[in-house]
Amino acid sequence: MSEHTLHFKPAEGFRARSKAVVDNPFLRQSFRGAMDFLMSKRAAQFPDPEELESLRSLGEAIRQYNLAKLPDLLEQLEANLTRNGVKVHWAETPDEANTIILGIIQGHGATKMVKGKSMVSEEIELNHAAEAAGIEALESDMGEYIVQLAGEKPSHIIMPAIHKTKEEIARLFAEKVPGVDYTDNVDALIQIGRNVLRRKFQEAEIGLSGVNFAVAETGTLCLVENEGNGRMCTTAPAIHIAITGIEKIVEKLEHIPPLYSLLTRSATGQNISTYFNMISSPRKPGEKDGPEEVHLVLLDNGRSQAYADEQLRKTLQCIRCGACMNHCPVYTRIGGHAYGTTYPGPIGKIVSPHMLGLDATAGLTTASSLCGACGEVCPVKIPIPELLVRLRNEAFSAPHANPAMRGQGAGHSALQSAIWRGWAAVYGSPALYRAVSWLGSRLRFLVPRRQGGWTSVRTPLQPAPKRLRDLLKDRN
Amino acid sequence: MTNPTTQTSRPSDVYFFATCVVDQFFPGAGLDAITLLERQGIRVHFPEDQTCCGQPAYSSGFEEEARRVAAHQLTLFPNDWPIVVPSGSCAGMMKHHYPKLFAADPTRKAVAERLSARVYELTQFLVEVLDFQPQDCGGDCKVVLHTSCSARREMGVHLTGRKLLAGLEKVSVVQQDHESECCGFGGTFSVKQPEISGAMVEDKVKALKATGAERVVSADCGCLMNILGHAAWQDQQAGRSEPSLPGEHIASFLLRRTGGEQ
Repeated sequence: MSEHTLHFKPAEGFRARSKAVVDNPFLRQSFRGAMDFLMSKRAAQFPDPEELESLRSLGEAIRQYNLAKLPDLLEQLEANLTRNGVKVHWAETPDEANTIILGIIQGHGATKMVKGKSMVSEEIELNHAAEAAGIEALESDMGEYIVQLAGEKPSHIIMPAIHKTKEEIARLFAEKVPGVDYTDNVDALIQIGRNVLRRKFQEAEIGLSGVNFAVAETGTLCLVENEGNGRMCTTAPAIHIAITGIEKIVEKLEHIPPLYSLLTRSATGQNISTYFNMISSPRKPGEKDGPEEVHLVLLDNGRSQAYADEQLRKTLQCIRCGACMNHCPVYTRIGGHAYGTTYPGPIGKIVSPHMLGLDATAGLTTASSLCGACGEVCPVKIPIPELLVRLRNEAFSAPHANPAMRGQGAGHSALQSAIWRGWAAVYGSPALYRAVSWLGSRLRFLVPRRQGGWTSVRTPLQPAPKRLRDLLKDRN
Repeated sequence: MTNPTTQTSRPSDVYFFATCVVDQFFPGAGLDAITLLERQGIRVHFPEDQTCCGQPAYSSGFEEEARRVAAHQLTLFPNDWPIVVPSGSCAGMMKHHYPKLFAADPTRKAVAERLSARVYELTQFLVEVLDFQPQDCGGDCKVVLHTSCSARREMGVHLTGRKLLAGLEKVSVVQQDHESECCGFGGTFSVKQPEISGAMVEDKVKALKATGAERVVSADCGCLMNILGHAAWQDQQAGRSEPSLPGEHIASFLLRRTGGEQ
């Protein structure tokens, strides 16, 4: 595993960042409102619970089928893309991916790149690498454009700027876009963005995009989007570079419709997206448009670690709809930035440990009440709570218990382990439990008034004067 | 293989697994649940050696410790009677996680599976097995029901509590905003992430109070501990001596509404 520099904060400081949001009533209200909106949009798309359930089962089966064949499908995809004239590159780490992409750009002497929305490009922090190499990288998705102008990272994988109000965006545009006066009229704001981007589409030599589905059998890259900027990025510039994680593969075109339907309905509550792009090759002789070169970068970045474990492999079923975030009571309280990872929310908590190591993310695994809302809405039935529990085990067990898991044991503490061993000794022995619980009821007035985090907003816990077993004896 | 949950014949005997929280913190709720079952003509057996289902360790990432505690509970229910649990989350642990917990131990796995098939959450048992039709003896009353996430999503029994309350003639049940959202308890989550958990319970209590209900009832004492603990803390901060949000286990409420202990 090679070293790479990540500019976003790792999971350290999570509690401080989440507290900052929790203590901000305005932000809290704004996230709540946004998530309520997205939840109701999704709910309206699935009026029939039986249809939803059968579609989710189908989605799960398709993802599991394709993951089971992943090594073969990757080879097949490479062969078919190559036959179609698309150049395929393999990257194990974010560094390798950046080197490949910058190499392509510099090989053409290019300096301007427009980007369609791609979370994998966020994952490798391509914009930082491009900037360091003197290449202008401009986000063309409206939300991404806003967070780029603000010098931030997306706070949501589908709606990157969901943490911003239109007034904040208006101030940002007035400040950062030359010749723009303050307006908080949404249509006017969108028009400002379009004008900026339109010029950039004409100038850029490089268009970068993500991939929603890569079809192995046909060698086709599929892209789901609403704004049309994705199609511009993949057709207007002379060079198109697509980047995706190795898990985004399906064997057949016919696998896509159920996944596509689940994706748009779960993500934004849309029946279908405005655009669905299918890219199979560069411009062919006689064709009037399209890029002269198409590249695909396939990124591992810890995915093969998840893949190697039967249970954790389910993490890779994800189609990145973001429904787990929208329905998560924790995400709703703290928003995306608090997590400090590229992917926030429930999916972020289970995928980030493979990308960043448990040493950077152990604390995040505890940020869930295991309420199950994420697993309930996941369109491909990833058992997110179950995987979180598994990751807690990996994080807190003694180091070296599982060398296959990067950072395993990072959350280990001798004291915490001793407490649980003591707990198990008491609750695993009826005699000890009887003695300890009896003592607890006798000494109930001695319980501390301050009980860690519990009493920050609650009265102290105090055992009852008599246990149920005592009440039952009294009764007889 | 899991056996069908719903049993058709009415059992004469049941086991009662109280849970550690009920035994030590809400014993009255346990006693009321037992009384309620007995009034349906059922013999309730309370295995004296019961301690805890093991969930606190299990969900905290200490599977080995959870297994040790769970292994002890496996020995407590020798007869083929239903096991009634006055908590959705502990019932969920026994029903859905015990078989997984002992997957590598064929003997215990078989026991865990037989046990799993007999586990019922209390309101589920009252509705699905006993077809309990409560006869309301109380006056007009407005309550709000909080259903735990485990009861809702793991046990799938979020409708049974509602059905029981709906059968009480003079009780009106109001619905809180964001009804299905977690109260923020989550076991050690409430201690490890007190800021987030605190924000969740603050919102939950606000939503419950906004209904104007006289009291909150729930079939899970973990949630009640959290919700009532926060409401009491708010009262303390405000210098209020009467609880602004009284609450109790649904068993206590049902028992009182249907004639008390008589």
